[in-house]
Order: sequence, then C-alpha cells, then structure tokens
Amino acid sequence: MAMREPTIFECGAPGRGASDQWPTPSPDALADIPPQLRRKRRPALPEASELDVVRHYTRLSQRNFCIDTHFYPLGSCTMKYNPKACNQYAMLPEFLGRHPLAPAASSQGLLRCLHELQEILKSVTGMGAVSLVPMAGAQGEFAGVSMIRAYHRSRGDLGRDEIVVPEAAHGTNPATATMCGFRVREIPVNADGDVDLAALRAAVGPRTAGIMLTNPSTLGVFERHIVEIEQIVHGAGGLLYYDGANLNAILGKVRPGDMGFDVIHMNLHKTFSTPHGGGGPGAGAVGVSDRLAPFLPIPIVGEDRGSFRWLDETDLPQSIGRLSTFMGNVGVLLRAYVYVRMLGRDGMRAVADHATLNANYLCARLAALGYDPAYPSRRASHEFLITLKRQSRMYDVSAMDVAKRLLDLGFHAPTTYFPLMVPECLLIEPTETESRATLDAFAAAMARILAEMQNDRDQLKSAPHAMPVRRLDDVRAAKQLDLTWPGAPAGPVSASP
Amino acid sequence: MSNVPPELEYTDAHEWIRRLPDGIAEVGITDHAQHALGDIVYVELPDLGRTVSAGEACAVVESVKSASDVYAPVSGEVIGRNDALETAPEAINQDPYGAGWMLRVRLAPGGGDAKTLSAAAYLDLLGKESD
Repeated sequence: MAMREPTIFECGAPGRGASDQWPTPSPDALADIPPQLRRKRRPALPEASELDVVRHYTRLSQRNFCIDTHFYPLGSCTMKYNPKACNQYAMLPEFLGRHPLAPAASSQGLLRCLHELQEILKSVTGMGAVSLVPMAGAQGEFAGVSMIRAYHRSRGDLGRDEIVVPEAAHGTNPATATMCGFRVREIPVNADGDVDLAALRAAVGPRTAGIMLTNPSTLGVFERHIVEIEQIVHGAGGLLYYDGANLNAILGKVRPGDMGFDVIHMNLHKTFSTPHGGGGPGAGAVGVSDRLAPFLPIPIVGEDRGSFRWLDETDLPQSIGRLSTFMGNVGVLLRAYVYVRMLGRDGMRAVADHATLNANYLCARLAALGYDPAYPSRRASHEFLITLKRQSRMYDVSAMDVAKRLLDLGFHAPTTYFPLMVPECLLIEPTETESRATLDAFAAAMARILAEMQNDRDQLKSAPHAMPVRRLDDVRAAKQLDLTWPGAPAGPVSASP
Repeated sequence: MSNVPPELEYTDAHEWIRRLPDGIAEVGITDHAQHALGDIVYVELPDLGRTVSAGEACAVVESVKSASDVYAPVSGEVIGRNDALETAPEAINQDPYGAGWMLRVRLAPGGGDAKTLSAAAYLDLLGKESD
C-alpha cells in the first residue's frame, strides 16, 4: 500500500481536460457583474482528464478507514454498521424528488413516516413529545438547553443562571450551556465513576437551571445514583438534561423518561444507524417531558384522524423557534425510520444486549492479556476504558503509540485521551454489529502490541509503518496549518484586461 | 518525577501561585500538569482588568490531546498576562514555573486566603494520584 498519492493538481497536464464537457456560458452571463470585479485570468484549477480524476478519487477512497472496510471501535462515537436497506428506502425517488415546500396534502407518505418516527422515539425514550428538526447532536443540545431556559423564564423564575456538568462530560455540554447564556458548575465523579453526590448537593440551589448528564457516562459505566441525582436536582428546582450519546447501551432496557429526565437529545447517527462522520449531515432529535412540550423547536408533525400536517408557531406559540429553513435533515430521518422499523421492539433490546456483551467480552479479553481497565470493579456499558498508565511508566509508551500501531494492524484506533481525567486512556466501543471473530482479531492485535512494548519498542514508537503517511508531527499540524496548494498563483491578479 | 519548587503554593487542580510584593500573585500551571497535557499549542488568557474569583475558570490551555480550563487559585484583578505565550505556548512545557507563567493578579481584600497547598502537600497529592 502506502505509495504517496499526488494531489489532483499533480495528476493531469497543462491543457488537459474534458473541454467538450465544460458548461457553455450564456453571452450575457457577466452582464450583472461590474467590469472591475471580473477576474482577468482563469482560476488555477486542476487540468486533468476524466480518467485521471476517477483514478485519483477511487485510490483515495480505497485508503479510507471506514465501517464498510474496517473494525472501528471509536469510543463514544458508536460506529456501528448502517444497513444498506436504510439507505435504499430513503433514496426512493418519491422521497428524493419531493420539494420541501410541497403542501402537506401531497406529502402524506413522508409526514406519516416522520410522525411514526416521532412516536417510536417517544416510546423508546419514555418522553412525552419529540421534535426531529435539530440538524446534529450539537444543535439538539442547543435546542434542549434553550427549552430549559424558556421553561424557567415562562414561570418568571429568572435567577437560574447555572448548569451543572460532571467533569467527565463531553466537551459539547459545557459549550452548549455557555452558548445558551448559562454559567457552568463542574462537579467531580468518585473513584468508581459515579457522580459525587455530596458535591452535587453543594452545587445546586436557587441558581440551578439544570444538570446535563450522560448515562451511561463517558467513563463507560452506568450512573448508579440516578434516582438520587433526580431527587437532588428536581428538589432544587432544576431540570435534568439527558445527553443521548450513549443511548445505544440502554435501548429498550431503561428509558431516560423513567429516570426522571426532562429533556433528551438523540444522536440518530449513532444509535439509529444513520451515516456518521465527515461532519454530517446529522440529526439530533430532541424529546421532552410534558411540561417542556410547548417549547419544542418547530415544525413537528401532528396527526388528526389519520391525516398529517406540520405544526408551527400558531400551534406552538411558546416554541423556541426554527433551527433550520425547513424540517431538519429529512433524508437522515428517513434512514433512522427504516432502521427502527426493521429492528422493532425486540430488535432494540437486542442492540443493547449485544452492544454491552461485546464491550464486556472485549474488556475481559484485554484484561486477561494484561491491560488495565480504568474501572475494574464496574461492569462496562457499551464501551470501556483502558488505562496505559502502568505501561507508560514501565516501557515509556503512550496511548497514542498504541493507537498508531493499531492502524498498521488493520484496525481504526479507539478514542484516545478522552476523558482526560483518566491518564493514557483508550475508550473502546465495539458496537453490537461486530462478530466475536472480529473482537478476537482485535484482541490478538492488542496482544501483539503488548509484546512489542517489551521486545520491539522502536516498532511501536515509530508506528504507523504501513500507512500512506508515517507518524505526523501533531504540534506542527496544530500550529502551522498550511492548506494552500503551492502551485496556485500567488499575489494579485494582473490588472491588464 | 515532577518538579515541585518548595517556595511556591499549589492547588489540587495543578496551578501554582508565586507571592510577589505588594499583594500581587503570579499564577501558572505545574510541571505535572504540563506533562499530563502534552505539547501545548494554544493558550487563552483573561483580559487585563478582569476580576476573577478563586475557583473560577480564567484561562484555557490547549494541547495536542485536549483543551483544559485553568482555574484562578486566588481572587482579584488581572493586572498582568504573559502575552508571549500567544506565539510561544511551548514555554509552558519548557519552563512552567518561569517563562511559562500565565497571569498576575492583584489580590482583592482577603483574595489570597483561598485554600492552597504547600509544596509538600502538593507532592503528597501527586503521589496519591499516581497510585
């Protein structure tokens, strides 16, 4: 493998290209553009033939580590397999060709799918109402915390300006609270990975708007004191926000609504198997308890005697408003809809069963090899944390070395250095869609790496060896970003016509 | 083993405090903290004149691994900030107690009373954390 692939600029030759396929500009195409704003030289675009282009991008795509080619145990990200049927049905021409402004009367099929998805998500999370419109997990968080703010304001309870966040939370939680105008109160977790209840009691009060909690937590364990947490936070007048990042572990088993949560966002691209990675498009549906339902972002789908329509500001005058131009990423929502319909109620439970079984099996295999689980006294949820603190001291190796070496051995690296409170950690999430044979192959690779720590440290420290690029200088990559193709002409465009 | 100069005070969040004359405290992060973070690539410091209170997040240190808040170990007004860190954040890795200082705070009345650790107590804490 590992030959350097040239950039697209280097693939062709001057003057090469499919010129007979170029668009033909109309004679008055420039009529609206003042002469001084028109460019004088052609832009420095790559000049390549169709075959150059096809080969270049096909080669690049073959170098991609993706779920269709590799095991991808990236903790906290739930990189499960997306069944092709979900894609196939969401790509039906009737869905693809529909105009977003088409009237509800001619969109009853689509609206019915989305309404059923709302109902299924309500049922599986135990919430009172659902809106599908947030375009990603981060927007789902923004919608959720905005609803918490709107709820307190609607009651004239204006002194609540703090959101409590445990130290192991995803960084998006404090970011969301800050974006929504709250001050963040961070609380510690104890040695077993549960929230420190004494610190929580000390942190809540008349300024508490709510708490943002991930359960199971980012430490890969179920929060055992959730009942007490619910009593403490509700007792202080705050609301409970459920970050749905780890919903995969409890699907069909326990419901955030039953745990007392008031609002939840669901990463459909994680738990409900829609495309994932590369920055989108995502879908971060939100569910709420009945008291927050008036504030849901619009539009949501309503049903009246078998006929469906969009509910908007006239139906929900207290809504936090619109988050996007139309109704969320409908194509992604359709994929989630097909997925939940294929799974059914029993399938949901099977997801959680196999996700946790796979995580606990792999955790036990790695522990038997000599790796240290960060929370050895706890059963793993759908993911688990390994700490390399001991190996780092004994052999001067790091979690990053292990991650890079795994690439050579044919596996996407687990999440490294998150949560940062666990030193030299790997957060490993196998997901339910992997076979035992794949998990065993991963364990064998980890056994080989453990042996290399003792016998072949240089091989490990200088990994990867079989990738298109070797170990990158991550400090330079962060500080000296240079994304400009050096062949592009520098300086101003010539002033002569 | 981490370098813990005996003349400084510390916090359990791995900041150090140097008491300067005239009620001014200099603040940075410890050798242990810089080592745990790894190569530091970006530092965000508070504006001059901002009032910080002990325990409040007042700066951000970003490394190749993560971004972490730095908590003010004392209360008072920010009267100095190490702007050299903007272009050379690696000074925190290379010299955490010297060229890597982050801010200077004029202590509010009672602002220096927050609970800090002696060098011995901080070393003890590091020993416990590495068990």
